[in-house]
Amino acid sequence: MTSNLTSEEQAAAAAVERSAATSQLRFATAGSVDDGKSTLVGRLLHDSKSVLADQLEAVEHASRSRGQETPDLALLTDGLRAEREQGITIDVAYRYFATPKRRFILADTPGHVQYTRNMVTGASTAELAVVLVDARNGVVEQTRRHAAVAALLRVPHVVLAVNKMDLVDYAEPVFAAIAEEFTTYAASLGVPEITAIPISALAGDNVVTPSANMDWYGGPTVLEHLETVPVGTDPSQDPARFPVQYVIRPQTAEHPDYRGYAGQIASGVLRVGDAVTVLPSGRTSTITGIDALGAMVDVAWAPQSVTVTLADDLDISRGDLIAPSDHAPETTQDVEATVCHLHDRPLRVGDRVLLKHTTRTMKAIIKDIPSRLTLADLSHHPAPGELAANDIGRVVLRTSEPLALDAYEESRRTGSFLLIDPADGTTLTAGMAGDSFAASADGADAARDDEGWDF
Amino acid sequence: MTTVTAINAEEGAGLYALAHLDALESEAVHIFREVAGEFERPVILFSGGKDSIVMLHLALKAFAPAAVPFSLLHVDTGHNFPEVIEYRDNTVARHGLRLHVASVQEFIDDGRLRERPDGTRNPLQTVPLLDAIDKNRFDAVFGGGRRDEEKARAKERVFSLRDEFGGWDPRRQRPELWQLYNGRHSPGEHVRVFPLSNWTELDVWQYIAREKIDLPQIYYAHEREVFRRGGMWLAPGEWGGPKDDESVERRMVRYRTVGDMSCTGAVESDAVTIEQVIDEIAASRLTERGATRADDKLSEAAMEDRKREGYF
Repeated sequence: MTSNLTSEEQAAAAAVERSAATSQLRFATAGSVDDGKSTLVGRLLHDSKSVLADQLEAVEHASRSRGQETPDLALLTDGLRAEREQGITIDVAYRYFATPKRRFILADTPGHVQYTRNMVTGASTAELAVVLVDARNGVVEQTRRHAAVAALLRVPHVVLAVNKMDLVDYAEPVFAAIAEEFTTYAASLGVPEITAIPISALAGDNVVTPSANMDWYGGPTVLEHLETVPVGTDPSQDPARFPVQYVIRPQTAEHPDYRGYAGQIASGVLRVGDAVTVLPSGRTSTITGIDALGAMVDVAWAPQSVTVTLADDLDISRGDLIAPSDHAPETTQDVEATVCHLHDRPLRVGDRVLLKHTTRTMKAIIKDIPSRLTLADLSHHPAPGELAANDIGRVVLRTSEPLALDAYEESRRTGSFLLIDPADGTTLTAGMAGDSFAASADGADAARDDEGWDF
Repeated sequence: MTTVTAINAEEGAGLYALAHLDALESEAVHIFREVAGEFERPVILFSGGKDSIVMLHLALKAFAPAAVPFSLLHVDTGHNFPEVIEYRDNTVARHGLRLHVASVQEFIDDGRLRERPDGTRNPLQTVPLLDAIDKNRFDAVFGGGRRDEEKARAKERVFSLRDEFGGWDPRRQRPELWQLYNGRHSPGEHVRVFPLSNWTELDVWQYIAREKIDLPQIYYAHEREVFRRGGMWLAPGEWGGPKDDESVERRMVRYRTVGDMSCTGAVESDAVTIEQVIDEIAASRLTERGATRADDKLSEAAMEDRKREGYF
């Protein structure tokens, strides 16, 4: 930064620059109560100059009225009356900030044990998760829970932020031991990339600016890492999946015969001329046109919203899936999945529910709940009979109609589903099809018991 | 069309990138189509403000070449900027849309609402809004709210279930995972839908520039009669300003938000083009609402409290 500018001028210059940033990272934070997660988020927003004057003024005012001498950055994020009253985060909040290098959507998720479902919610769309640990306490049960949830939801990148280093004299051995324990554990779950960073959210060490108190640390600050971690996947590596969302039929004088299939490409690439199969009917056709919201294109890819026309006049409606004929998914009415139960009403064997997968909703019955996972030590409890709120377990379902389902491991978009209460529409359960922790096969076998991870 | 960023990208390993405005646009279009696919009687809240104008633009794109399968609803506070009402009516005519108007003035005239001592009608909108939802049996109501506007809004879901009183209970929200939106509701309940949830004020302006969307002129700097109250420049009018001790002056101003005249402040500005507006917003040290909304300053939880009552 140029030193002869005022901080306000610097902020203004940074703000103009950030309007040009185009790549976007969705990330989630997780941490136990009192680990300082809200302070970290507040520090990240504040030190990256993403907090505007009126917001800061409101925080200063609220802090003063609570008798605090310095502004409590946690008040930037705890938006609900009850959260401020109790000083805890109750619900997921989404926050937006940008630096000249990148734009960020942050799912700020509560750390309290009873809100595991909220971390699942935040992690479902995240490309990176920040797991916060108190340096004085090290890896605790909640830390393992957060790592397991990140692995389960297949968040590609995990950051371990070892916080409150100021309270352990910025000692390297403390950090090194926690980082090693966590990395070993998370790697055994199949987390592909782990970055450990020693920080003090309260003092601002290594959050946005490198810490003068920890010259033994040579890695990136939290913000530097967020700015440089690779984002996005290469859609050309995945088979195309196009759930039909809505059929567009103008039936006007100008477009008497137009019949377009509108949707958001869930994975892969669509091209004009592709031979496609429509599921579950199995009928085939060829893509004749792709309308990318007003521009006729030859190729489009996930996650673009487009409208596709086909060579043949097939009976296709909302809920059908268009896929390349040579890479179409199997259809099935028998689903095995790992689920996170979200609602206080338990999920029981025999329950009749609705299953929402992509744009299709159908009836389903819970045939079996083979196991429930104890996230703390990843042990499994066989045949629990029911899953309570925040439980994660294996479920076997039978659906009323054939379902074109991919493994969640292959596609977060077409491998995920919701279970809904048909009586009142409540969202009950989040599901991930296929084997769980499937990527954990490498190197972790020795640490497992005979029954492995198929909980 | 200018939305060809995607098709201009080079094909090849790892080069299928989507510019952030394209990603936001695709996400919003997906939300519109989900509602069209799952609800019987959706309606778009349309105030003639920039967020609702962008919403309508996205809806037009989502269903082209067919018509937008939704009607519009305007909650008219009776204290609107004339330019905005004119813009609203022109837009409705141009696209052949159907407009419902819920009038705060009618509710005051027949005694169902009482004017507040401070003359602010923004909080009074909730009653006519809920009445219109009930009478027309709307089951999904699109709003232009963005999570970056306010800390209570940051907690809002894309699909927000409201009870028969229109109320929002932040503790009982449905978790929202992946892009799987649950629009199930019981008779009497409805769902508020926020397709611009993940947009920021700057995104909205950059999109308006990219798509060359026409806006009411009050968004651009112009000379206008204003007076000072509560730290804001307000427009004089029959709604109750200026008072005896307040004096009207002419200033170059523009509006960052458009709402009820009694609580929407103008900002001093010389930004007459959209590029100048974008530069001005990017450099601003005040949030959109902090700069221009009096009603959010009523208390620390003003927005949350109004949302609980059924406000957007």
